[in-house]
Amino acid sequence: MLEINNLHARVGETDILKGLDLTVNAGEVHAVMGPNGSGKSTLSKILAGSEDYTVTEGRVRLLGQDLLDMSPEQRAAAGVFLGFQYPVEIPGVSNMVFLKSALNAQRKTRGEPELEAGDFLAWVRHRVKQMKMDPAMLSRGVNEGFSGGEKKRNEILQMLVLEPRLMVLDETDSGLDIDALKIVAEGINALRSPERATLLVTHYQRLLDYVQPDKVHVLSGGRIIKSGGPELAHELEEKGYGWLSEQRAA
Amino acid sequence: MSTNTQDIEALVRNRPYSAGFITEIDAETLPPGLNEDVIRALSARKNEPQWMLDFRLKAYRRWLTMREPTWAHVHYPKIDYQGISYYSAPKSMKDRPKSLDEVDPKLLETYTKLGIPLKEQEMLAGVAVDVVFDSVSVGTTFKKKLAEAGVIFCSISEAVQEHPELVRKYLGTVVPFGDNFYAALNSAVFTDGSFVYIPRGVRCPMELSTYFRINERNTGQFERTLIVAEEGSHVSYLEGCTAPQRDENQLHAAVVELVALDDAQIKYSTVQNWYPGDEQGRGGIYNFVTKRGDCRGARSKISWTQVETGSAVTWKYPSCILRGDDSVGEFYSVALTHHHQQADTGTKMIHVGRNTRSTIVSKGISAGRGQQSYRGLVRVLESAENARNYTQCDSLLIGDQCGAHTFPYTEIRNPTAILEHEATTSKISDDQLFYARSRGIGEEDAVSMIVNGFCKQVFKELPMEFAVEAQKLLQISLEGAVG
Repeated sequence: MLEINNLHARVGETDILKGLDLTVNAGEVHAVMGPNGSGKSTLSKILAGSEDYTVTEGRVRLLGQDLLDMSPEQRAAAGVFLGFQYPVEIPGVSNMVFLKSALNAQRKTRGEPELEAGDFLAWVRHRVKQMKMDPAMLSRGVNEGFSGGEKKRNEILQMLVLEPRLMVLDETDSGLDIDALKIVAEGINALRSPERATLLVTHYQRLLDYVQPDKVHVLSGGRIIKSGGPELAHELEEKGYGWLSEQRAA
Repeated sequence: MSTNTQDIEALVRNRPYSAGFITEIDAETLPPGLNEDVIRALSARKNEPQWMLDFRLKAYRRWLTMREPTWAHVHYPKIDYQGISYYSAPKSMKDRPKSLDEVDPKLLETYTKLGIPLKEQEMLAGVAVDVVFDSVSVGTTFKKKLAEAGVIFCSISEAVQEHPELVRKYLGTVVPFGDNFYAALNSAVFTDGSFVYIPRGVRCPMELSTYFRINERNTGQFERTLIVAEEGSHVSYLEGCTAPQRDENQLHAAVVELVALDDAQIKYSTVQNWYPGDEQGRGGIYNFVTKRGDCRGARSKISWTQVETGSAVTWKYPSCILRGDDSVGEFYSVALTHHHQQADTGTKMIHVGRNTRSTIVSKGISAGRGQQSYRGLVRVLESAENARNYTQCDSLLIGDQCGAHTFPYTEIRNPTAILEHEATTSKISDDQLFYARSRGIGEEDAVSMIVNGFCKQVFKELPMEFAVEAQKLLQISLEGAVG
């Protein structure tokens, strides 16, 4: 479903990704872990189409389409969703207006009819309930005055409303208490299906206790240096990343 | 980062001015120049009584002794006041049409093109319109229905003829003829505008609206609006403005006076879209306007709401004199400057009575090389026991070549006054844009959404139909602003 081949990217003069390869099949959940500064967030943002980075080499394909040629909004319509590490506030624009514009813009790009106001309202209320959020949040500004935890939960709400094909979650677990972590994990699991793929970027094992990954990768120095099953995450939690670079050096 | 900013620039760059067409119509225009003879000729043409001519001449003589103000944060070449024609009217207006059916079809067509059909059955339900084309009013709709309620809504020329006692009683009592340079000029040469009188206890049954259009080359527009709300009456009034796209600058110097007696409420909304000039800053309207409301009665309320997207240079401070005890003044403003537009705008709240309250919410948006200043005065006199003011002043910058400036002034002579002032300056960030785009929203829609969110507090003060118009206007005005 998602194929990344030999991806090189830089910001300014600094090379960050240096030949990254990664394939995620439909129905799978992959976790990407790695030390600070290894390029995890860069990878997430490049997938969503951020213009802060320059891709110098390589290829990214989603369902056979070349993602790198597409604008962020085209990628969203094609099914890419990025859960931001630091969600942005948009004062004065209600969550309701934002979600409706986003969903209908995507549907329009895909050649689907826009949702009627009533149908949309029912749909978004259902998802709000699922995320155990107060429906009053829909009339508040996008992330305006939200706590860190509320912002992360709002990311998952947006994802549930938009129903993407590829979910890229950049440290969605950071800053969450245990109860919020469980709700967020339930939200992610609710969208797990044979037609979707998930990429979890995380520092910690604890999210993976609730969202079982099929594969775990270690990103270091701009490339995947080790891949394994769920047990790899436990090993990392115990030993840290140091042993991996020693292993490579040896 | 920079790529996004360039995109924003590219988006704002090509902003079509859809009202920029010219109507080919035979016009009777006085030759350029200003002296007492011109004023006498103008007054004679309008068949004015002696007191009106005296008012004009007094103002003209005062104006001759005055200097153009230079304190505003705007720059423009010196205006040649002798190069302007002070009167222009469509020839077909010479024998004034008695009803809209007799108005020149070409004129009606002009307004239809602007989205303001004058045939009553085609109009927005519940909005009466007075239409001013260059120097004269070409017609007012729904007069009969308003008359049934006792409301007078007509052009000011007509009011001078039909209701001289009212005009004489109130004209120049809020903005005196020598108030400032442009007000004095206007008092000398004003040609038309609207007059509204709401009798005691009457809630005006519909929105009132005046639409101003400058068409003729090389003319100035000097309109005069006077609204009087008697005790316990209510009125909501809206004005809209456009002008053709021309390379030379044109002067627009209006005066608006509002009088609210005990328990009366006046809500005055403006959507100003005068031609702003082209991308290089050629042409456009100089919008030098004096607007002032007098809360003369106890518990009266005057509320100004303005959406200013047009004009090359704007100099405008709609103000409230809170004379009556417990009276309330409000000012809600959205001003947009793009390309080379300059605006120095804000308000004055003068607290005179006890327990008077005022609210100021100003939202400034600058894009391209636009320069914008908020200038606001809150003055609390000794007599104004327990006065309250809340001021909020926010600026939004798009791109890195525009400017936003804030000049708040306060003068407090009573220690019981409570004033709050909040100010913010922000940029549409690349992060906000990327966030919205990553959810599937296209770049232009994202910018327009963010700007509308910024202006929300003001838009919700506009009458429903016009709030939608204002949003659209803002969107068009920002086309090409992002990048």
